[in-house]
Amino acid sequence: MILQSPALVIVIPLIFAFLNPLFGWWRKGLCYPITLVALSLSFLASLHTLHIVITTGTIHYYLGGWKPPWGIEYVVDYLNAFVLVIVSFVSLMVAIYSKRSVEQELPEKIVFFYCIFLLQVTGFLGIVITGDLFNLYVFLEIASLAGYALIAVGEDGAPFASFNYVIFGTIGACFYLLGVGYLYIVTGSLNIADLSQILPNLYHSKVVLVAFAFFLVGVSIKMALFPLHVWLPDAYTYAPSTVSALLAPLMTKVGAYVMIRVMFTVFAPYFSIELIPVTTILGWMAAAAILFGAILALAQIDLKRMLAYILVSEVGYITLGVGLANRNGLTGAILHILNDAFMMLALFLVVGAIMYRSGKREISQLRYLHRKMPFTMAVFVIAALSVIGIPPTCGFFSKWYLILGAIDANKWIFVAVLLVSSLLNVILFFRCIENAYLEPVAENSSVGSELAITREESPLTMLVPTLIAGAGILSFGVLSGKIISTIIQFALPAGF
Amino acid sequence: MMIGFYAMIGKRNLVKKIIGMNLFQTAIILFFVSIAAKRGGTLPIIEHGHGVHAIQATAYVNPLPHVLMLTAIVVMVSTLGVALAIVIAIYKRYNTLEEDEILKLRK
Repeated sequence: MILQSPALVIVIPLIFAFLNPLFGWWRKGLCYPITLVALSLSFLASLHTLHIVITTGTIHYYLGGWKPPWGIEYVVDYLNAFVLVIVSFVSLMVAIYSKRSVEQELPEKIVFFYCIFLLQVTGFLGIVITGDLFNLYVFLEIASLAGYALIAVGEDGAPFASFNYVIFGTIGACFYLLGVGYLYIVTGSLNIADLSQILPNLYHSKVVLVAFAFFLVGVSIKMALFPLHVWLPDAYTYAPSTVSALLAPLMTKVGAYVMIRVMFTVFAPYFSIELIPVTTILGWMAAAAILFGAILALAQIDLKRMLAYILVSEVGYITLGVGLANRNGLTGAILHILNDAFMMLALFLVVGAIMYRSGKREISQLRYLHRKMPFTMAVFVIAALSVIGIPPTCGFFSKWYLILGAIDANKWIFVAVLLVSSLLNVILFFRCIENAYLEPVAENSSVGSELAITREESPLTMLVPTLIAGAGILSFGVLSGKIISTIIQFALPAGF
Repeated sequence: MMIGFYAMIGKRNLVKKIIGMNLFQTAIILFFVSIAAKRGGTLPIIEHGHGVHAIQATAYVNPLPHVLMLTAIVVMVSTLGVALAIVIAIYKRYNTLEEDEILKLRK
């Protein structure tokens, strides 16, 4: 049997993206179910792919039957398959969630919204699955272009935020493309597996160094690593809430995946670690990102903006794991890709639900919400605990591995940074939780005003994905040992 | 390439930024095309290519970068389209394309 599931993961959302306007032209209500069908099929295909990878090992899928290094190849190993499942699952959740929120925020644009939504997911999945550097660039641009468009339809400041993102994103993509060009000059190949065989003889060439630098800067812009993060907070604050919930967990994670791929698969680990001190630089940048993200988040009044800055600091965690470049550090980084995707998903879904119900988004306006929306706020607390890193939630485990990695590398400053940032997160989230839960009920707390606070839980299509995300955070925490032993320890790049 | 890069970062007018972006991307395309050139190379079209002739790769210009750039041009055009659409939305909202004025209006 010819294995088709790796291609199906990409092809299904792509085809349905173009079917969407057709059906939408006929009947608007069809777009939502079509999107759901496409994403669930894609999710099943990616699960199947993961299953095959676990049972039989790495998959090589030749598109159109052209053998690499000439044809484009999809390579799925443990790392890929793992990220694929995360991406397709998170996007399915966001799609389920999107119904009410899109109807409220963008009533006339539903059809095109779902079309671009699917293109966006196609881009993400393609970045993860491809085994070809230039193909990766194309998918990166598909994902980014769809992202620009989705952000631009948001509220008042959105077009301007999106324009800044276009400028930054294009610079990032162009740098990446230049990196591909330089590598092509010296090797004559674009296939990742092929490159990793040719490159070791060329490590002392200046061209390879330049290519590596271009790759790293380009990817850092795309994943919003600290000094290059300036586009992120604006873009994610003004985007429609569904879009922030889709982009925030995925765009940065996919960027982190590309970074791991380029550093440790295209280039051998000893090149990135020993020949040039890139991992040290990344480590310090990541430490700065963690601290500044958390400190800037402290200064925000707007809940969504605060989350955006927390995201900057979470990107720092993943990069720190990569920068530590030892077994524990990388395990932490890859585990954090999963955990952070779910934490950010949960947080942004909760904020979207709050904005949907009450239209409020400032931290000081959260009052009484635990009575109005008890389940939503419960998920918020779980996600907050996870970002802080309290044991039964999954955030604790990836932080634990990162700290172990920092100790292994004898970088005590990084250990301190991780601990301090946990404390900063405690302050951040307890400010919200205090506002929501502990605010004294107004003075005349007679029966009348008690009744006035009616329960206004978010609608079912929004509540279910939020609850699943919350349950995911808890269960990944409990199961993290199993996840590491079945998937992540094989996902580590060769040489660790 | 550097002129485009400067315009993207240094210019305050949004349309000038887009022009810079285009310069930057075009420069990269020229860079790729220049990779392909060879001294004395000719068009990469093989005549009478029925048999199993050994093909002298040095006699032909490398066609692969050109093909890659076709894709890159498509990407560039769509980026330009999205950027211009966003600029139109900005202009409708703020009635200006100067970054400073927009930032002032947003306060």
